[in-house]
Amino acid sequence: MTPPANLFHLWVYLAASPLLWLTVTIGVYLMAQRSSAMSGNHPLVNPVLISIVTIVLLLLVTRTDYRVYFAGAQFVHFTLGPATVALAVPLYRNRALVRSAALPIVAALLVGAPTAMLSAVWIASALGAPMTLRLALIPKSVTAGIAMGIARQIGGDPTLTAVFVIATGIIGAIIVTPLMNLLGIRDYAARGFAAGLSAHGIGTARAFQVDDVAGAFAGLAMALNGLMTALVAPLILALIHM
Amino acid sequence: MLQGFFILLACQLLGESVSRGLHVPIPGPVLGILLLLLLLAVRAWQTGTDPAQRDTPLGTAADGLLRNLGLLFVPAGVGIVQSFHLVLANSVAVVVALIGSSVITLVVTVFVFRVVSRALPGREA
Repeated sequence: MTPPANLFHLWVYLAASPLLWLTVTIGVYLMAQRSSAMSGNHPLVNPVLISIVTIVLLLLVTRTDYRVYFAGAQFVHFTLGPATVALAVPLYRNRALVRSAALPIVAALLVGAPTAMLSAVWIASALGAPMTLRLALIPKSVTAGIAMGIARQIGGDPTLTAVFVIATGIIGAIIVTPLMNLLGIRDYAARGFAAGLSAHGIGTARAFQVDDVAGAFAGLAMALNGLMTALVAPLILALIHM
Repeated sequence: MLQGFFILLACQLLGESVSRGLHVPIPGPVLGILLLLLLLAVRAWQTGTDPAQRDTPLGTAADGLLRNLGLLFVPAGVGIVQSFHLVLANSVAVVVALIGSSVITLVVTVFVFRVVSRALPGREA
């Protein structure tokens, strides 16, 4: 076989094997994480955003179908479930802190969770977005594993929801630090809680970059908002159908 | 580490089973969190030690996953390639809704948290 034919056969093998895209996903993320650290954890240099853009470009250049990519990347995707359950650990470690702020936590959750859903749906419908998009937007502030379940329950498209969830997480992670500094808020419990409620796991990852207490409260908000949104989403659905 | 990962998976499995089997409107992973919290509380009460410490199997597994939480969102995010046209056709509505809603949600949430915590006696001024 001539060398190009050899390479072609190698590519045919690799392109069909889950090994390639699993390795690429982790490798690209590690590089993105390194650039984020080199920038001093600047909010704009978001490792999740950089990774997604890089991999999307790689898929387009190599003309690889998303299903082929996901066959490899699903092993990473699957860990979202146990990682969500793992939030119980920082919650338990910070139980004294959480107990001391129980009232602000409950109040912020009761107001914040419906705000996250309604504001997105109202803005989207005011700008003429079709129902498919509006439904997929409802659970956008909830962590991916839970949001996709909620989307399925209310008749939305889970894969579209996942995209909105991740976009919301990246947006929140980028704007939370400058926004909170602008508002002059130095209470890291409050900042973290808002980041986790609005921007779930990606906001929580950002909060942990900034401050440990912020991270714990972000994880708490993410877990509570998953619960709250699952309970309230059917009511919101009834509201937007009126 | 392996034992810790097993505990996390077992809690998720139980959570999913209860959620689907009994048609509870709470997602499986959320029930899993509640279950694990309960487990930790019972364990602490039984042994008198902290079962969630960093050097325990569960602590190691949970810290490892949470430290790399961002990575876990990448495969689903790459899914944008599938709905590119639908999103692009409504890009203004989507972008404004996502950014606008994020700003509103962050401001409202932090505001309520601060107002209520300041109204409480004994917490910082």
